[in-house]
This record gives sequence, structure tokens and C-alpha cells, in this order.
Amino acid sequence: MSDLFVYTLRLGDDALIAAQRTAEWIAAAPQLEEDVALGNIGLDQLGQARSLLQYAGSLEGADRSEDDLAYFRDERDFLNLQLCELPNGDFAFAMARLLYFATYQQLLYDELRAAADETLAGVAGKAVKEVAYHVDHATQWVLRLGDGTDESHRRMQAGLDALWPYTAEMFESDELVRRLAVAVDPSTLRDEWERRVYAVIDESTCSRSEASYQHTGGRSGRHTEHMGYLLAELQHVARSHPGATW
Amino acid sequence: MVTDAAILEAVGEVTDPEVPVLTIADLGVLRGVRHEGDEVVVTITPTYSGCPAMDLIRHEVQLTLQAMHVDGRVETVLSPAWTTEWMSEAGKAKLTEYGIAPPTGRRAVGGPVSVSLTIRCPLCGSPDTTELSRFGSTSCKSLWRCNTCREPFDHFKAL
Repeated sequence: MSDLFVYTLRLGDDALIAAQRTAEWIAAAPQLEEDVALGNIGLDQLGQARSLLQYAGSLEGADRSEDDLAYFRDERDFLNLQLCELPNGDFAFAMARLLYFATYQQLLYDELRAAADETLAGVAGKAVKEVAYHVDHATQWVLRLGDGTDESHRRMQAGLDALWPYTAEMFESDELVRRLAVAVDPSTLRDEWERRVYAVIDESTCSRSEASYQHTGGRSGRHTEHMGYLLAELQHVARSHPGATW
Repeated sequence: MVTDAAILEAVGEVTDPEVPVLTIADLGVLRGVRHEGDEVVVTITPTYSGCPAMDLIRHEVQLTLQAMHVDGRVETVLSPAWTTEWMSEAGKAKLTEYGIAPPTGRRAVGGPVSVSLTIRCPLCGSPDTTELSRFGSTSCKSLWRCNTCREPFDHFKAL
């Protein structure tokens, strides 16, 4: 497996698993406009995942399509962040996750636009404009809920706190990203990410979260107990009817 | 021999299934035509990464090529990234006519989403409008309401 293949898979899996969780909100969001908004956000994430997994498949040279990579790999083969796979929780939890993840994606894609790899730069150049809307959406909700009623504030704070122990994994650097010239070393994004996220949290009247423990493992295929269930739902139609088209 | 200009003109007439008044030429989704040996390659670019209309557009372009007896294929390119600035003035006029407020202004890439001062109601022309949701019926639109005629309308977002 080449470094570029693994790196592209990481980016693609983040987007795919995030899309799956976002899509679960459709028809379950607190209002109709939100169903539509989250549907659109999930579609953006899925579009990014498709481009990235398609590219990963071509890099691997094993004739695997984007569908093969999405539907016929097992849990340990997925390299996404654990942040992306956690179950949805309440709406405040979803908005906390979107704030953390979309801000990270925005910084990452912005750097990746200048990458020496034409395809990755192309995907990033497209995606960076889309995730700006995701960040904006999450920001508006975190402000509204945090600076809202006692109950909405309590829930927003709980969402921000619950996900904080999963944020450090986004910025983990390893041999692969240091070796691979086209990769963005995510550790370089941390300061700016904190600056942006803290600005929103402070304005929302919530307090900055602290965590003594940070989860890790997604990049090497170690996932939370929720990942298997997520994949079962994502993959069961394709696996029950291999080769089916519609 | 069919000229490139003729090919561009013909496939440029393919319409966007989500906004049928707009052709892919109006939208700027049609990028160009080139030759690889005996094969003609038409390039198109999606408005949004996940745009579900792309499969149908690709298919329609392919059918148009077949109808012209041109041996060709359709290629999707992502770079340079599509921007609403590529939408033609004719396209913007057609959008307004159709009841969708056309994109205005431009966005700095990597920066925050800009907030427009006002979007004019495409139905009655009033500038007194309210954004209901930044996400609308498709990825490329947001949902607005006119405070004068009270009609809801779509706005094609600047991207």
C-alpha cells in the first residue's frame, strides 16, 4: 500500500463516515429547514468521499471502485477519525461535532489546495468552498443554543464536552504524513483550529472543554464499539445483493 | 467532420435537471472539448462535489454526442473548482425569470461565508427579504422569503 493511497483513504473515510452520520438526521432534525440543511451538508460530505475513494481506488491499482472501498471493507480497514463515527446523540451534540469537524476540514482542505498532487488539490479546492457553509451553519447553531435557554445551554455544553476527548486525534501527526510530501501535517492546523473554535465557544457563553484523556486509534483502524453497527447499516444492502445496480 | 464549435453548441444545450431553464453552458458546468486520437472528450465540472445531477448530465451529453455520430466520452474534472461567477448573464436572467434569485457577489476561498446585504425577490422585485435557511431544495440554493409579496423563493448561492 502506497503512502498516498493510505492518506487519500484517511481523508475519504472521514468524509464517508461523517456523511453517514449526518444523513441519519434526515427526517429526524428539529425542524424541516434543518432536515434540508443537514441533507445538503451530508451530500457535500458524500461527494467529497466519492471523489477521494475513487482516487484511492485508482492509486491502489487493485481495480477497486469507490463502491468496493465503501461497501466491502471491514471495520479494521477503515481509517476515519473516531470523532466521525460516534452515534448522533441530540442535536446540540451534532452541531458540536459539525463545528469541530468542519473547522478541521476547512483548514485541511485550504492547505491541501496547494498540494503537489493535482487530484487531491482539485478535490480540496472544491470542498473548501462547501465546508465554509458547514462551519457557518454549525457556528450559528452553537451560538443560538449556547446563548439560548438554560436547557439549550446545558445541552450545548454537554455536546461540546462529550466530543472534546475525540478532537486531539484530528491533529495527530505520524511517520506517513511526515514522509508524504503532498500530505498536510495535521499537527500544524491545531493552533488555528483552537483559535476559531474557541472564538465560537466563548461567544456562545459556553465554557471551553477540558479533557484528561484523549481517544485515538481511528487512523490505524481501531474504532469505537459503534463503528460495527454503523457499517452494518451502511453496507448491508450492497453485501446482501452484490453487484446490484439501480 | 463535426467541428468542436458545433459539438460545444450542441452539448451546451443539455439542461440541468434540477433547474431546467438553465443549460450546462449557462451554468458554466460545460468546460470544453478536446481530442484524444480519434476520440472526442467533453469535460464537465460539478457545481458541488455531491451534486446528484451530474450522472444525468453526463448521460445526456453522451446521448447528444451519439446523436451527432461523434465517437466520444465525457470526463468530469474538479479543477479549477466551479464558481457561480462562471454563470452567464443570460443564465442569471433566466433564473430570475424562473423565480430563483441569481447569485450575487463572490466569496473569498477559505474565508468565512459572506452575508449578502440583500437578495432581491425574483417575483416582485422587492429588496425586503429574509433568509429562512442557508440550505435550500438543492445544494446550490438557499431558502428565502419576501417580506413584501410574502412568497418564499430560492436563491442560487454564491460559491
